[in-house]
Amino acid sequence: MEAERPPLRVGIAGSGNIGTDLMLKVERAKGLALAGVAGIDPDSDGLALAARRGHYATPGGLATMLDQVDGVDLVFDATSARAHAEHARLLAERDVKSVDLTPAALGPAVIPAVNLRERLGEPDVNLVTCGAQATVPIIAAIADTAPVSYAEIVSTISARSAGPGTRQNIDEFTQTTARALQTVGGAERSKAIILLNPADPPIVMRNTVFADVGGADLDEITAAVEARVAEVSAYVPGYRLTAPLLVKDGTVTVLLEVTGAGDYLPEYAGNLDIMTSAAIRVAQQFAETEVAA
Amino acid sequence: MSGQRIKIIDTTVRDGSHSVAHRFSPEQVAKVAAALDHAGVWAVAVGHGDGLGGASRQYGFPAHPDAELIAAAAGVMENARIATALLPGIGTKEDLRAAHEAGATVVRVSTVCTEADIGVQHIGLARELGMAAHSHLNMAHIATPERIAENARIVVDAGGEAVYLVDSAGALMRDDVRAAVKALREALPAEVEIGIHEHNNLSLAVSNSVAAIEEGATIIDVTLAGMGAGAGNCQAEPLIAVLDRLGYETGVDLLGVQDIADDFVRPELMPGPIVIDRLTGTLGYAGVPASFLLHAIRAGERFEVDPRELILELGRRKAVVGQEDMIIDVAAALARDA
Repeated sequence: MEAERPPLRVGIAGSGNIGTDLMLKVERAKGLALAGVAGIDPDSDGLALAARRGHYATPGGLATMLDQVDGVDLVFDATSARAHAEHARLLAERDVKSVDLTPAALGPAVIPAVNLRERLGEPDVNLVTCGAQATVPIIAAIADTAPVSYAEIVSTISARSAGPGTRQNIDEFTQTTARALQTVGGAERSKAIILLNPADPPIVMRNTVFADVGGADLDEITAAVEARVAEVSAYVPGYRLTAPLLVKDGTVTVLLEVTGAGDYLPEYAGNLDIMTSAAIRVAQQFAETEVAA
Repeated sequence: MSGQRIKIIDTTVRDGSHSVAHRFSPEQVAKVAAALDHAGVWAVAVGHGDGLGGASRQYGFPAHPDAELIAAAAGVMENARIATALLPGIGTKEDLRAAHEAGATVVRVSTVCTEADIGVQHIGLARELGMAAHSHLNMAHIATPERIAENARIVVDAGGEAVYLVDSAGALMRDDVRAAVKALREALPAEVEIGIHEHNNLSLAVSNSVAAIEEGATIIDVTLAGMGAGAGNCQAEPLIAVLDRLGYETGVDLLGVQDIADDFVRPELMPGPIVIDRLTGTLGYAGVPASFLLHAIRAGERFEVDPRELILELGRRKAVVGQEDMIIDVAAALARDA
């Protein structure tokens, strides 16, 4: 019989939609325990909900939580790129691992189904963008079987699920996503497009991935993509192909949809769910490795 | 209203780019731009149909990059400005800087009319560069006049100097145009100009443009011979004639635009006649972006589905400007269910 492992103690910075969705996911995640939630708005729904559910909650920000709560092993930062710079410093000083869900991109980009193991030792990892979480695994799977001379992705999300961070920094979204298609996905060149659809009822997140592979073996690519989709859907249950792979003139087209788990965020917000689910996956992997070490 | 000045922006070598799959040459652009400059338009829009950064698998790789086409126009124009389009999420501030360096002095930052805030940073950069910063609020048929006016205020607060009602699908009825322009005029400071950009899918482009002017619009997007996405845009030649008859000043030489339309655009630039047929007409009827036309025809062939059914389904799924990839998705689904 395996000895009972102490769970990894996880703190959450940010009590908005993402932070609150993370809270509900940590509560039921195997191997993780919620250490507390730190916000900056005393009236936030997220903090009130955390307190009602018996968790430590403070409107005093991350520094207050770290001073008052002992033994925090890892913090999810769901605040803003600007705040993350300060948070990364605070966490590094205390030797607390940081998983960054903001667009700060200070630490290396991590896409769990692609490079989690090799980046697990980094003190601060960045989850890039929802578009990157949804599409880089596909490019990486294809690039494992054939060189990808050009990768292009189009992510369409419901306008209702696009927060102010995405809206005010839309260029950064496309640029960091395009960069991850190369640095993590392995494409030689890349482009990323993001579109907001205001339809009501809201649409679920859709992604189209184009990969230029020349005359590569389609059967091998299909098998690699399907296997990778299964790996991602193991931690993002709503992640799926909407059609078989398409091929024309040396370009493979992959169509994907991401439905959210509906924890705190509505189901259509697959774009937010894939970020919080990726964060949980990173923390769980870290918990396992810590215990093993 | 007699004698009121109306600015004419010709977008033949930008919106018309959709109907040639973005294959314009610098020589073709220069020829059109020189003639329009001579005819007296306020500005000539140049570049990829989907704006700066539109070069992609999603929308089509152009024969020549935007900077090259803009430079070709800049080399032959004396009076008119060069306008460029930028759709945030597709093009970036970096692309805008490059277009400005090549000679563009007007930008139309185009967003879905309910999502104007994604263009705030681009409007800001345009002002910084000393460009005229205009906002194209596209898919205007999907929102109420109040919602459109709220979004217009966001871009005007960010420095936008003109706001256009963009009828991407050619689906606006005359009363919709009147109500939206009226709401914009009431919501915006007097110095902010209002424009309209029409598509002729339901044969209303000229009359909707005139209705907009009657409610206070002062900028009209046109194309020569009506060349443009779907059933084309507001055709320059009849619009100039109508405005002249109604007593508006455009500064545009009617015979000059007729000549370039008949002598060059129709015989040499257009791949075929621009018509309202079962496909372009259905774009307007279903409220689907006119830019989807060629993509829907191609997807229809590839997946052996009726392109008109495809357009109707895209309308039901409420696809918006930029979502060309959804055409493949829907076509694959229709083929599977057939």
